[in-house]
Amino acid sequence: MRNVLAICKRELLSFFVSPVAYFVICGFVLLGGYFFFNLLGTFNLLLARYSQMPFKGPLGQLNLNQFVIEGLFHTLLVILVFLIPLLTMRIVAEERHRGTFELLVTSPLTVFEIVLGKFLGVGTVVLIMLVGILFFPLMLWLYGSPGPEMLPVFSGFLGLLLCSLGFASIGMAVSSFTENQIVAGVSSMVVLLLLYVIHAPAESLGGVGGDVLTYLSPVMQVRDMFRGVITLKALIYFFSLIFLGLFLSQRALDAYRWR
Amino acid sequence: MIEVNALGKKYGDYIAVENVTFSAAKGDIIGFLGPNGAGKTTTIRMLVTYLAPSAGSANIAGFNVVTQADQVRRRIGYLPETPPLYGEMTIREYLTFVARIKGIPAGQIKSRVEMALEKCFITDVAGRLCQHLSRGYRQRAGLAQAIIHDPDVIVLDEPTSGLDPKQIIEIRNLIKSLSQHHTVLLSTHILPEVSMVCNKVVIVNRGRTVFENYLKDIQGRSLEQLFMECVGKEHPLTEQV
Repeated sequence: MRNVLAICKRELLSFFVSPVAYFVICGFVLLGGYFFFNLLGTFNLLLARYSQMPFKGPLGQLNLNQFVIEGLFHTLLVILVFLIPLLTMRIVAEERHRGTFELLVTSPLTVFEIVLGKFLGVGTVVLIMLVGILFFPLMLWLYGSPGPEMLPVFSGFLGLLLCSLGFASIGMAVSSFTENQIVAGVSSMVVLLLLYVIHAPAESLGGVGGDVLTYLSPVMQVRDMFRGVITLKALIYFFSLIFLGLFLSQRALDAYRWR
Repeated sequence: MIEVNALGKKYGDYIAVENVTFSAAKGDIIGFLGPNGAGKTTTIRMLVTYLAPSAGSANIAGFNVVTQADQVRRRIGYLPETPPLYGEMTIREYLTFVARIKGIPAGQIKSRVEMALEKCFITDVAGRLCQHLSRGYRQRAGLAQAIIHDPDVIVLDEPTSGLDPKQIIEIRNLIKSLSQHHTVLLSTHILPEVSMVCNKVVIVNRGRTVFENYLKDIQGRSLEQLFMECVGKEHPLTEQV
C-alpha cells in the first residue's frame, strides 16, 4: 500500500505542477456552468409559458431535477468523454518516453502497484473536477424555492464519478500501449466515444445482441443513477469497467518485459 | 555477486544478444565494453530485470533475475543511459520518491536522501527542478538515485557521456569510491576510463562475450590493442583508423 501511495502522490504532484490538471478542471467547470445556465434558463422559460396556458397539465410534468440536473449530468458525460483522455494520455506514455518507466520497473514494486497508484492519482483529479460542478445543484438547493431533491443529485454524482473512473481506467490502459501521448489521447477518445454510443444499433439489431449492446453502454447504465436509482447492475458494470482498464494496463506493462 | 551465463535476447528474428557470459566478485568494478550495437544496453537491461532474457540465466547477489526479480530489484541500483528524472520535481522531492519506492523505511528516508545528495555533490542544487538542471547535474542526480538504497550491485550505462572534463573526473572518482561497498558494472565507450576506474574488463561484440579478464592480468598489452583485437577485425571502418 505504501508503494501505491508513493506512486499516487507523485502522480498528483505531476498533475498539479504542470498546468494540465488546472486547465482540464477549469475547462470542465466552465463548460458545466454554461450548460447549467442554459438549462436553467430554458426551464424558467418553459415554466413561464406553461403557467400561462389554460390547461395546467404540462406544468405538472416539468421537473427541476429531471430537466436541469439530469440534463446537466448527461451533457457532462459527453464532455468527460473528451476531457478524460487529456488527463490520462500522458499517464504511462510519458513515463515510457522519458525513460522513468525503467526506474519504476526496476524498483521493488509490482506492476499492479504502479498501475493502481497511477489510477488513484488520476482518480483524485477526476474527483476534484467533479466536486467542482456540485456547486451548481447546491446553488439551486440554497436559493431555489422549492429547490431540487438532493438525493438524486448525489446518486447522479456517484454515477458520474463511477463512469468517469471507468473512462479514466480505460484511458490509462490505452496509454499503456504506446510511447506517444498524442496517439494515446486520440485512441482513448475514439475508444470512449465508441463506448459511449455502443448502444446506438441496439434497437435495430434487437434480440440478444441488442440487449448486450445496451448493457455495455455506460449511458444506459448511468441513466438510472442520474434519476436517483442506484442499482447493483450498474455498480457491477462500472466496477467491471474500472477493473478491465486496470487489468489491461497491467498486462500491457508486464508484456513489455517479455516482448 | 554478478553471474551471467550464456545470456541471450531475441526480438522476433532479430538477435540483440546471443551469448554473454561473465562474472564479478564483491567489490569488483567491471568495465563493460563494446562497439555501438554490440548488445551492452540490452544485456544491462536484462540484468536489472527490465527485460526478460530469452536464453541463458543471470544471478545478481545470488538471486535469479527472472524467478527472483523482486529480490534482485532490492539489491541493484541502476542508472540508464538517460537519467530517469521527473522534470517537474526538485532533486530532493525526486530522491525522496525514489527512496520510498526502493523500500527504504520511512524513518531513514530523510537521512538517506541527504547522504545521496552529499555523495554526489548536489546538495546545493537539491531544491532545483530536475528539468532545469545541466547535463552534468542530471547525471549526478541519476547516480544519487542509483545509490540511495545502498544496493549491493550498481549498474551504470555510460555515466560519463556528454559531461565536461571536470564533471567526468568527479564522476569517475565517485565511482571509484563506490567499490568499497558495492560491485559496479560500468558500461562505456571510453577506454581510458576503464583503465582508470575498473579492475576487470569484459568486452562484447555482436551479442557475444569476446573477452573477460582482470586488468592486472593483461599487462603488457594496452586496452586499445586488446579492444581492436577483439572487435576491430569485424569492423572495417575502425581498421582504417
